[in-house]
Amino acid sequence: MGEMEALRKEADNLKDQITEARKVVQDTTLQEAVAGTALVGRVQLKTRKTLRGHLAKIYAMHWGTDTKFCVSASQDGKLIVWDTLTTNKVNAIPLKSSWVMTCAYAPSGNMVACGGLDNMCSIYNLKGKDGNVKVMRELAAHTGYLSCCRFLSDSEIITSSGDCTCVLWDIETGTEKTIFAGHLGDCMSLAVSPDFKMFISGACDFTAKLWDIREATCRQTFSGHESDINAIGFFPNGNAVITGSDDATCKLYDLRADQELVTYQDSGIMCGVTSLAPSLSGRLLLAGYDDFNVNIWDMLKAERVGVLAGHDNRVSCIGVSSDGMACCTGSWDSFLKIWN
Amino acid sequence: MSTNNNIAQARKLVEQLRIEAGIERIKVSKAAADLMSYCEQHARNDPLLVGVPTSENPFKDKKPCIIL
Repeated sequence: MGEMEALRKEADNLKDQITEARKVVQDTTLQEAVAGTALVGRVQLKTRKTLRGHLAKIYAMHWGTDTKFCVSASQDGKLIVWDTLTTNKVNAIPLKSSWVMTCAYAPSGNMVACGGLDNMCSIYNLKGKDGNVKVMRELAAHTGYLSCCRFLSDSEIITSSGDCTCVLWDIETGTEKTIFAGHLGDCMSLAVSPDFKMFISGACDFTAKLWDIREATCRQTFSGHESDINAIGFFPNGNAVITGSDDATCKLYDLRADQELVTYQDSGIMCGVTSLAPSLSGRLLLAGYDDFNVNIWDMLKAERVGVLAGHDNRVSCIGVSSDGMACCTGSWDSFLKIWN
Repeated sequence: MSTNNNIAQARKLVEQLRIEAGIERIKVSKAAADLMSYCEQHARNDPLLVGVPTSENPFKDKKPCIIL
């Protein structure tokens, strides 16, 4: 047989092997394991602050590390750094391109980044000498839109793109260190593991991939979703991954068992998941949907235990502060809300 | 030539699948137990789960004190 035919057969064999290997370790299900655990009580969070100032849809937000500051990006062409305790705007940064889709806060607090339909990731120095916030670097090489970016440090950032790749950049030199290729559809979202050694990406090929940053390899691929994965995050101990999709469900995949453990779905929910964030202990999963709401799930029991209703349009982004004290939602209604 | 590209892509896919097929997997019972254990250990320190007393909530607007 031709080489193409032989390769196809081998690929199918390997896929069957993986399916088998996953079945072999499936000695129980998460649902069975938590049968004796009580459902968490109804979670009722209140809006404590509303951050007003953007003039158009908010597409992304990201909390700073160990701080109550966060950054938000809107298609009004601005990045705003907020002090969420006072609702004051610490910085209002005008962008060259208003078609922004993502933003990120560096763990050090020294920089923020954003990008979108300009296919670039722009890095801004918040701690410049004269107090002005300026573009420090423009990371250009992607041939598709920038869907997400996350800093590893002040010198490295990872981006995901509509060109189906993710890239690790050296911010200092503005060059690509590693290209992570393998997805067969637009990469929509990425998250870095708590130990900074791995990252996961969710894409329009309906799969999530786990990447080893230094080895520059894809370790695992998770399937099961029936549509684009828009949101992705790590369970706090780094051993599991949560995805949110246009198929109206979220899924929990365990990395060490290499398989899906549970799907968070409800017959009453028929719209896509746009964003997600786990609470500090991992017990709660907060997920934003196209129907303007955030649903709060008991992550172990896979049942809804709360709803955050307060936005007048799609919830596009959500994040839990690093001390777990508050959740921030951003919406197409141009507002951010802080809840706890 | 596109046929060479296709073969190169197919080879890469097979290589990737070999990596993924070869990883070590733990039992779901262990994975589940570890997740439950983590949740349990950190539950009481999870503000969104257990609630934040008003006096300790940095986001709660505190009513100003009036000194009479």
